[in-house]
Formats: sequence, C-alpha cells, structure tokens
Amino acid sequence: MHVVEMRQITKQFGDVIANDRVEFQLKRGEIHALLGENGAGKTTLMRILFGLYREDSGEVIVDDQPVRIGSPKDAIALGIGMVTQHFALVPPFSVAENVIMGYRDSLSMDMKAIEAEVASSAKKFTIEIDPSAIVRHLSVGQKQRVEILKALFREARVLILDEPTAVLVPQEVDALFDILRNLREQGISVIFISHKLNEVMAISDRVTVLRDGRAISTIDTSSTTPSELAKMMVGRETFGVTRQGEAVADQPILQVERLCADDGRGLQALKDISFVVNSGEILGIAGVGGNGQKELAETLCGTRQPTSGGILVRDKQMSGASPSEMTAAGLGRVPEDRHAGMVGELTVADNMVMEHLSRFTKRGMLDRKAIKNYTDQLIEQFQIKAKPSDRARTLSGGNMQKLLLARVLANQPDVLIAPQPTRGLDVGATEYVHNQLLEQRQRGAAVLLISEDLDEILALSDRIAVVYEGEIVGVLPVHDADIERLGLMMSGVIKENKDAVPQI
Amino acid sequence: MPFPKFRLEKTGAPMWFRGLIPVITLVLTFILTSGLIIWGKANPFEAYYYFLIDPLAGRVSFLEVLVKSTPLILTGIAVTVAFVAGYYNIGAEGQLYAGALAAAWLGTVLEGVSTPVAILVMVSGGFIAGMIWALIPALLRVYLNVDEVVTTLLTNSIILFIISAILNGPWRDPQSGWPQSPEIAEAARLPQLAERSRLHFGFVIALVAVAVIWFILTRTGFGLKLRAVGLGKEGARFAGIQVKRTMLLAALISGGLAGIAGYVEVAGIQYHLIGELSPGYGYTGIIIATMGGLNALAVAASGLFFGLVETGAQTVSRALGVPVYLGEITQATMLLVILGMFLLQRYRIRRV
Repeated sequence: MHVVEMRQITKQFGDVIANDRVEFQLKRGEIHALLGENGAGKTTLMRILFGLYREDSGEVIVDDQPVRIGSPKDAIALGIGMVTQHFALVPPFSVAENVIMGYRDSLSMDMKAIEAEVASSAKKFTIEIDPSAIVRHLSVGQKQRVEILKALFREARVLILDEPTAVLVPQEVDALFDILRNLREQGISVIFISHKLNEVMAISDRVTVLRDGRAISTIDTSSTTPSELAKMMVGRETFGVTRQGEAVADQPILQVERLCADDGRGLQALKDISFVVNSGEILGIAGVGGNGQKELAETLCGTRQPTSGGILVRDKQMSGASPSEMTAAGLGRVPEDRHAGMVGELTVADNMVMEHLSRFTKRGMLDRKAIKNYTDQLIEQFQIKAKPSDRARTLSGGNMQKLLLARVLANQPDVLIAPQPTRGLDVGATEYVHNQLLEQRQRGAAVLLISEDLDEILALSDRIAVVYEGEIVGVLPVHDADIERLGLMMSGVIKENKDAVPQI
Repeated sequence: MPFPKFRLEKTGAPMWFRGLIPVITLVLTFILTSGLIIWGKANPFEAYYYFLIDPLAGRVSFLEVLVKSTPLILTGIAVTVAFVAGYYNIGAEGQLYAGALAAAWLGTVLEGVSTPVAILVMVSGGFIAGMIWALIPALLRVYLNVDEVVTTLLTNSIILFIISAILNGPWRDPQSGWPQSPEIAEAARLPQLAERSRLHFGFVIALVAVAVIWFILTRTGFGLKLRAVGLGKEGARFAGIQVKRTMLLAALISGGLAGIAGYVEVAGIQYHLIGELSPGYGYTGIIIATMGGLNALAVAASGLFFGLVETGAQTVSRALGVPVYLGEITQATMLLVILGMFLLQRYRIRRV
C-alpha cells in the first residue's frame, strides 16, 4: 500500500535527539511535504532514508519489505533518489555525462546513443534540458533539473527534494512544480522538504509536520490551512529565563536604514532592511534560517560590505566600516559561528586580547603580564572553565561562547550584536548567555538578538522583527506577538508593516 | 562480519614516543638504504659513520657544516615567516637570487667603504631586492586571490632567466668568457670567522635573523597578528586584524630574508654571481621550515641538521669511493622518513 514506510525512527547526535520515534508513510504517486523549522529533523529523516545516516532504532520498509539502507547505493537500488541543496555535478561535463556518471561504466561509450537516451528520458519526464550542454554553463534551476533527471534515470520511484526552492527564482519554482506534478501523474512519489507554507500549500497532497525531532501530524493538504500548519510548526511552551519589566524606548542607539547586501554568491541577501534598537531594549530578529540573518549579522559586524544603506551607531555613520572601527565605535560583536570568530589554535589569552591588541602592547611588544592578569580577571568574572594558556579550540561550546562574550562585554559596548548566541549550547550555558544579554539590556545597552529559536526570541525580546527572504516583514512588540502570527510571517504568508522603522 | 575496522584518530604522540622519533627515523632510513650501500660495495655502518658522525668530529668539517647551513637557516626562517601567516611562499629560491643580484651589483660599487658599512648596506640591499621580487605574487594573492603557490613558483624561473641574460650579456667576464659577474670589491666581502675555513660572517647574520624572527613571532603584537592570520583568517578578521595587510607584510619580510640568503652566498662564498649559486636552497628552506614546525629556534636547528647531512653526503663519497648519488639518495630517504614520522606521529590507529 505504501511505497515507503518509516517506523519509530530515532536518531541521536551526541545529546541532541534529531529524530524521536518518527512515523512517516509515503503513498505511491503523491507529493508529500515535510514541514518544519530548522533543526526539526526533516533532513535527518530523509538522510536516513537515502542511506547517508543510519538510524539508531526503528524500521524502514520499502514495498512492504523491511530493508537495510546502508548507503546511497542501496537507496538507489531500491528506487529512492535524493536531490540535496548542494548539487553533486561535475561542472566541465555535459548533462548526459553527468546523468550516466557512476551508473553506466563500460569502457567504451557511445556518447551519441547516450545523449539520445538521456534526451528521451528527459522528454518522458517533461524535463526541459539539452543533454549535450555543459553543466558549468547552466543556471542553478537547470542544474537542479539535471539532478532530478539523474535520479529518475536511475529509475527512482521515490524522489526526495531537500528545500528545492531555496536556490530558485520564482519562475523556476513554477517550472519545478510543473515537473513535480507530471512526475506524480506517472506514479512517482515526491518528498518535498520545506519550511515555506505557501509552497507546501501549493504543491503537496499531504503534509507531515515535524517539530523538535517529533512527527506532530500527517494531514491532507486540502483539509488544512496555513495558520493551522504554522501553529503545528512552531507552537510550544516557553521556558526558563525571561526579561523583567518594560523597556523605556527612549534613545535610539543603533539605527539601520535601508541596508542592502549580497550573499557570498553575489545574490541580494538583504533588501532595504531598516530598524532601530533603543537603549535598554532587546530587539529580536526572528525568522527561519537562510533568510538573510547571517548576512545581516556579518554586515553589522563589519565582516561583510553592504551594497547600500546606512548603519548608525549613536548617530555616527558606520556603514562599510572595518571590524576594528566597529569595535571602536562601541559596537560589541559576538560572532555567529563561534569557531570562526576566534583563532582556535591560539590560547584563550591571545583570543581575549585580540580585539584590543594595541592596549596590550608597549612599543610593539606584548605586555604578557597585563594580558595574563586581564584574562585571569575575565575568566573569573565570566566563570569560564579554562586556563589563559589553554588552546581556545579545546574549550567546550559553552566556554567558547563565554570567552567571546567576555571579550566583548568587558568593554561595556553601547550596542551588542548577538547572532544565534545559544546555538548548540546545553541548557546551562544557554541560560547563562540569556542572563548576560538581559544584564546588558539592564545596563542600558541596545541589544540585537538574531535567532532562529522562537522561544529565545519570545523570552528575551522587547520587540520582534521578522525577516523573510532578506526583508523585514513586520515588527511587533512582544506582548502583541502570538505564535501563529509569527509563524505565518516567518513562512512568508503575511507581510505587514512594510516600512519597519517605528516613529523615531 | 569479522573483518576488523580501523580508524585514524588525531591525537598528539605521547612524550616518550616523541623522544624515540629521531632513533626510529635513523633505523628506518638505515634499513631502507643499506641495501643500496652494500650494492655500491661499501659497509653501511661505515657509510653512516661518515654520513652523520665524521663531519662533526673534525674542526674543518664541523665548520663546513656551519657554512653549509648558513643559507639554509636563512631560507628556512624566510619560509617560516610566510608560512606562519598562512602565505605559502614557494619563491624563496627566486627571492634568494634577487638578493644575490643586488649584492653582486652593490659589491662592485662599494669600493673602499668600511666593512660594517658594507654589511649594513648590502644586508639592506639584499633584503629590499628579495622584497621587491616577492611583491608581485603577494599583491596578486592579497588583492586578487591568485594562488601564491603557483605565482611564487613561476617567478623563480623568471629570475633565473633574467640572471642568465645578465650574466651572458653585460656582466659576462671579459677575460674568461664565463657567464659570471665581476668580482665584488674586497670591502664588500663578508669577513672570515676562522682560519683555514670558509666560515664567514654570514653565519652570524643568519643567527641574528633567527633571533629577530623568534622575538617578533613570540613576543610582539605584530607576531601575534601574523600567527592569528595564519591559524584562523576568519577569526582574525572578525577580531579586527587587517588580514590583507598582515599577510602582505609577512610575504615581503619572507622575501627579504631569502634575499639576505642570496647576499651571504655571494659576499661570503662566491664573491661573484653565477647561475648555479643555489642548489635549491629556497626549496630546501620549505622542508627546513616544515621540519622545524615553524618555530624559529627549531627551524635554526633543522637548518643545522641539513648542513650536516649535506656535508655528510660528500664525506661518504670521498671516504668510501661510492658515487655521490648514494649520499644524495640517503639524504632524500631520510627526509621522506622524517616528514613521514612528523605527519604520522599526530595520529593513532584505533580499532572500531
């Protein structure tokens, strides 16, 4: 009855349970959406099905037979294909060569015949592609089609697409959906991983919602609504530390005006971002990962150049300033990626003083005693479990974060940029970081908290701005924020408050 | 399946094992090469005596070891500065020739100055020339992200052709017709340090360079920046270090030090420039720097060791009448074993 059935799948990475007794059933000829926030366990579940991970416990059943999928090769043999966000194509090869690569490996190859075969396969699945084209010259959307064709050419009956629209422009999305509908006609089952509600509503027959590693529900798309799905996707209890008292929004310290920036591939990642953070308040930037948060943090930290727009710190224009100029202007920067924000092979003390090296050198020479005293003092003040002479990379995630916080907070910055400050930390370290952020707020600093964790945003922020596809789609005070509305905003269903600058 | 699986795990070797490394290296090299030595009709034990012990036993040969290590220590320390900052300068060979070219020219114009002045001027000249030769690849790397390994390697060939053109053109010796530059002035030559030996003041210059670089790398803010950039560009940039500038400076200092190596060879040994001035000192410098773990003092030690091995290779062939190649093969084998040991001691094999 079901093409694929996954029963009681559990997968643990260290302390994190990525999949917790997940049930998943796939019918023949359906488009089945897997919906959930980052870290909900969607990709993990599908990686297990494709043989990239091995489940800790549970059962995978294909065509009513229990199977053991130890590698992608096993998965392909069972008719399961997967297209990830990172394509596995050889750029200088032609489309046909990429499609047959690793599948046909006889010594002599008649490229003409192979191209004809690939062409007829493409035609059958209504995938528009020239088999003799060189992959390097193709657009991202076309490359994705090659990947899909590759899977279908290997006689896939189940096609897994991991966030296929994340890399596409809208027109390409429509073309992709046409292909998927056609595949459904031909009896092929498609698993569509996404966190975008509109797309899920538009393309899927059924939806399975995952949250915190658990399968919340599987329902027919036609019998549900975006707001119901949004609630399932994000709804949960709050916890732990919370902020106290209302902020008195008086003095704007950080002003961001129509900020634009590109991502690493040269595509626009930030579109006219504007917001204000006042003294003594925490502004939370909520959103699903990959909607421009990383670029926003990098631009504010001075490690990415904006293409246009302004960043004002205490009315001083800092747009395009270098990291050291940002620091000097009173901007405290905690890096998004702890490991990339410090030099792991250097010592704790070296890392501690690196932002203010000139303060610890006398005529070019390092004042080792001052460095050691300073580090000792901060280690004590911030309860870091480390010695000044330890290599930074040997610290636990929590202690690394304390080190980076200490480095920044010791200078009492006017503004604190904290992107994903608790990502990957255990409960104790998370609470510690939360308390530090609240203490900064209490002190009168303007804190920008960028987080994919809604609980964190709701617990700490005075106001919440939601970012979707590089735009701020709304700003609301925390007491007006209900989960459902936030979920809809995060999924791009509702956009409001287009001009997010409040009355200054 | 009963087939045992193994996995490589990255951990430092225990202390007792590190002490054993030189011994194991020697034994392994001995086993690998003794067959060849026997084939060359010599006693392997005797050969190894002449290779590693004899050069240290006599005064003359001991000083010769220091002579041989002088340019090697300099290129080793030059490469170290670049590598510490994550700039992979393969061009020490070319930068050495640039320094030698400058020295050969300065040497002919510095007639009649005092020795300290000559040394000061020519050290600076060699340093600047090496720096200039390192500049273009460094700029390409820092501003256009062109791989410096390729460009520095290519510039090595370019300067060899330039030198060949000069030596076969304007500087060709008018009497002998040899492609070699005019002799440098007496005043420009590096003073000898010991009688009946080629040991010259360049060895002191090399040691000073080591001390200065050691001090910079371990004791100054600039050194910390160099290390930070080399060990984690992203982290360094985030903390506000000017990564491009730091890398550029490292590349230029590296080129300058290699230039000094060229200067000491011209002013201490040859007294003129020839096309075969360096038998690959620049490239050996890379191995020396790697073996010294980019620690200035260890790099100096490793430079001395290479001086010993170079000398030993010649002693063996002279004493036992075996072909010089045998010494070179032994030298190469030892190198590979050492590098292998250095790499493998970082791992341990675990059963899973």
